[in-house]
Amino acid sequence: MLGKLTWSAIPFDEPLPLLSGAVVGIVILAILVTVTLKGWWPYLWREWLTSVDHKRIGVMYLALGLVMLLRGFSDAIMMRTQQAIAVGSAQGYLPPQHYDQVFSAHGTIMIFFVAMPLVIGLMNFALPLQLGVRDVAFPVLNSVSLWLTATGALLINLSLVIGNFARTGWMAYPPLSELAFSPDVGVDYYLWSLQISGIGTLLTGINFVTTILKLRAPGMIYFRMPVFCWTALASNLLIVTAFPILTATFMMLLLDRYVGMHFFTNEAGGNQMMYVNLFWAWGHPEVYILILPAFGIFSEVVATFSGKGLFSYRSMIWATLAICVLSFMVWLHHFFTMGAGANVNAFFGIMSSIIAVPTGVKVFNWLFTMFRGRIVFQTPMLFAVGFIVTFAIGGMTGVLLAVPPVDFVLHNSVFLVAHFHNVIIGGVVFGALAGINYWFPKAFGFTLDERFGHASFWCWLIGFYLAFMPLYALGLMGMTRRLEHIPDPGWQPLLLVAGAGAIVIFCGILCQVAQLYVSIRTREQRRDLSGDPWNGRTLEWSTSSPPPAYNFAVLPRVETIDAFWHMKRTGRAPVAPAYEAIEMPRNSPAGFITAFFATVMGFSLIWHIWWLAILNFVAAVIVVLIAGWSIEREEEISAAEVAQMERARRRPA
Amino acid sequence: MSRAARPPSRFFRSRRVRWSVLGAAILLASCKPAGVLDPQGPIASAQLLLLINSTAIMLVVVVPVIVATLAFAWWYRSSNTHAARSQDESYEGRVEFVVWSIPALTVILLGGVIWIGSHQLDPQAPIAGKSDPLRVDTVALDWKWLFIYPDLGVAAVNQLVIPAGTPVKFRLTSATVMNSFFVPQLGSQIYTMGGMITHLNLLADRSGEYPGFSANFSGDGFSWMRFVVKSVPAADFDTWLEQTRGTGSGLDDASYAELARPSQNVPPTRYRSVEPKLFERILDQTTASPGTAHPSMRQAGG
Repeated sequence: MLGKLTWSAIPFDEPLPLLSGAVVGIVILAILVTVTLKGWWPYLWREWLTSVDHKRIGVMYLALGLVMLLRGFSDAIMMRTQQAIAVGSAQGYLPPQHYDQVFSAHGTIMIFFVAMPLVIGLMNFALPLQLGVRDVAFPVLNSVSLWLTATGALLINLSLVIGNFARTGWMAYPPLSELAFSPDVGVDYYLWSLQISGIGTLLTGINFVTTILKLRAPGMIYFRMPVFCWTALASNLLIVTAFPILTATFMMLLLDRYVGMHFFTNEAGGNQMMYVNLFWAWGHPEVYILILPAFGIFSEVVATFSGKGLFSYRSMIWATLAICVLSFMVWLHHFFTMGAGANVNAFFGIMSSIIAVPTGVKVFNWLFTMFRGRIVFQTPMLFAVGFIVTFAIGGMTGVLLAVPPVDFVLHNSVFLVAHFHNVIIGGVVFGALAGINYWFPKAFGFTLDERFGHASFWCWLIGFYLAFMPLYALGLMGMTRRLEHIPDPGWQPLLLVAGAGAIVIFCGILCQVAQLYVSIRTREQRRDLSGDPWNGRTLEWSTSSPPPAYNFAVLPRVETIDAFWHMKRTGRAPVAPAYEAIEMPRNSPAGFITAFFATVMGFSLIWHIWWLAILNFVAAVIVVLIAGWSIEREEEISAAEVAQMERARRRPA
Repeated sequence: MSRAARPPSRFFRSRRVRWSVLGAAILLASCKPAGVLDPQGPIASAQLLLLINSTAIMLVVVVPVIVATLAFAWWYRSSNTHAARSQDESYEGRVEFVVWSIPALTVILLGGVIWIGSHQLDPQAPIAGKSDPLRVDTVALDWKWLFIYPDLGVAAVNQLVIPAGTPVKFRLTSATVMNSFFVPQLGSQIYTMGGMITHLNLLADRSGEYPGFSANFSGDGFSWMRFVVKSVPAADFDTWLEQTRGTGSGLDDASYAELARPSQNVPPTRYRSVEPKLFERILDQTTASPGTAHPSMRQAGG
């Protein structure tokens, strides 16, 4: 009846996950009780849970990413403390069975449920506004994507208290992830949460590619699109081409685990090298799925806060597209040590270092944009400068690892760990934080507190260097990654410094929470009535903050790049009095309900509760079909209503 | 003059400063050459040199970029009244050309380094030495290393004794999940994978003891999957061989099956003899190994 699920699935003997699970449970319960008592359910349901407004969906993605950042970061703190104390004869406080779950969960969560939601959230919020349109191409699908991603996040958190998570590392290489070596539900939690959220991500990719290719304001030809739209296009093209590889690979591993096939097993003709190849055929483009939008954000931020157009817009775009294509030709550099032979290794090494060319061009372009600019150091710009410096170092160590013989001695070491945190924190996270500080006033109509913003930047920057520079050194000293116990006491001082760095980063996160709290408390003083707090250049700043549901009462007409900047300089205000009726998509509960069924389905599959899995799969499909066949998907806002709303929004303070 | 007569500044007497000086000293002391930075063979030395050269090539570009970023950010701050400004991008083809050329030239140079380095330091390439290479067949087990000397008919666990100055020719596989064989001071690591052979050639210049381990996560016992490479003078190696052949037990199918069971922290062991073709049969997964055994077996270990 309940498959493999019994009371023994709950780890009563392990206080740590049970305690953290209990804390999370109590917090969730408290939130639910508050919402119920205050009678907020109808509001939440109407305005958020069933919303198909790309701005609301973007904000919810960001909220998901930030909440999961806390979870992934607590894993990081546990790893750093374990490695700092489990040296020599000391065993630390985490046994391997637990420690191995912690680092596997950390990687999985940070990539799939922090970095991806942050990047997708920012694209969701900013893309249609920058393109000068009213929504994405498929608004209901957008909501489905969001909630399927949330399903994956929920399943991963469930593994804390019911059963356990994978103990294989976030890449889940077979044969370790095969049934023979990982017989419990951990790998199944990993696979199903990523399969379900992966569908959400793929749908996002299709949605955004369509949006950018088919929906743009009148006059916005490709070479007038803001750079962020270009990088988002490249990133979503990568999603559309790379994510199916991951889904297919995981499906093969699932077939191995569930029906005894032998795609990747040691025996019966299985080939583990195939998994590694396929995983990175997705994995390397994934890196660029994350970093390209961050490059786009920095391009917007550097231009805006230097008060100057981006230096060489065209070469920025060609560089973006070059990275997009090259990212598919470098996957083997993740396993030079597999013994492929000199020619193969040399080819992939050279291809990998070639990516440094367009990336270097981007760095130079940002540099020349700052040249002779009038740089205002508000929080987004601080992150941008911190990024250029940090990313230059991370890029250098990356190219170093692309030299195969050097990789032979640094592969899988903490030098590698330092490198990818260098580019992911210094690139993706700084980009996301810059983007959040940059677009927050647009989303909510008031600016974020600058003092806490600056404090959080400095904590993140200093904390990053303290936490990861020691790992570069330790990697050179021969420390490999994923050690639950440190054999060499000589490494302890550097590990303590790294631990201290993690604490400084934690202070940065606390500053962000404080920034949010203080800014909301003082929102009346920090209202932005202009809609354009930074003297922006692109169309999102031409509408009011927060923008109306329809974004633009009249679609802007675009004649140049940096369209809004051009309008401001030529004195052509974007306000036009002749309003017309606007058709907007209706709210739809389809996403939320589909995800509910998908969650139960994923959970049942993990625990082999077949009848429940089938039931929920059928239910989810039916919901999608009903949503797909419904006719009344739009509602009209009449011209009079638009005019009235616009008058209210544009009333001077 | 008067400055020199002043008492030691309060700066150095402050407790905080003393602590941080002490901390820095400890950190520096802990950074004495080790691992990759302390090569003990030609492969590792060449790799360290390559690492330093590649870093130097890139620093030529990266350092000016970082300096320029900080300098531009500082000089063009909005409050600086001396800075020249221009509102619009002053696009220039010549600048554009330079912008693409600098990274391109760097990468062309580095590409040459990569091509030559990959071929010279190919793990499969034999190392020229005065003596014939010593062949060692290596098997990754849960969670220990088995070293078989096929030409000498002996084997050892978690300890690899080799003669200094003699090239060692490894064939490697895994009787369990994927691992990576790595001795940082000797150079190149290589994956070990079930049902497959990888090849590696290493050489230790001098006698000494060099730690080795698995560099690819392989489960609960991974952190303890360590071994020692003992590089000894040729005469000592012969003595070791004599001793090994004269003592202990042999490694046959039964004792291999026992050995292959998951275990951690296995002390170095020697085997006076080895069942012929054991490595080949492990490769074919015909002997009892955890991969073919009942899943619960691995759980029981550790």
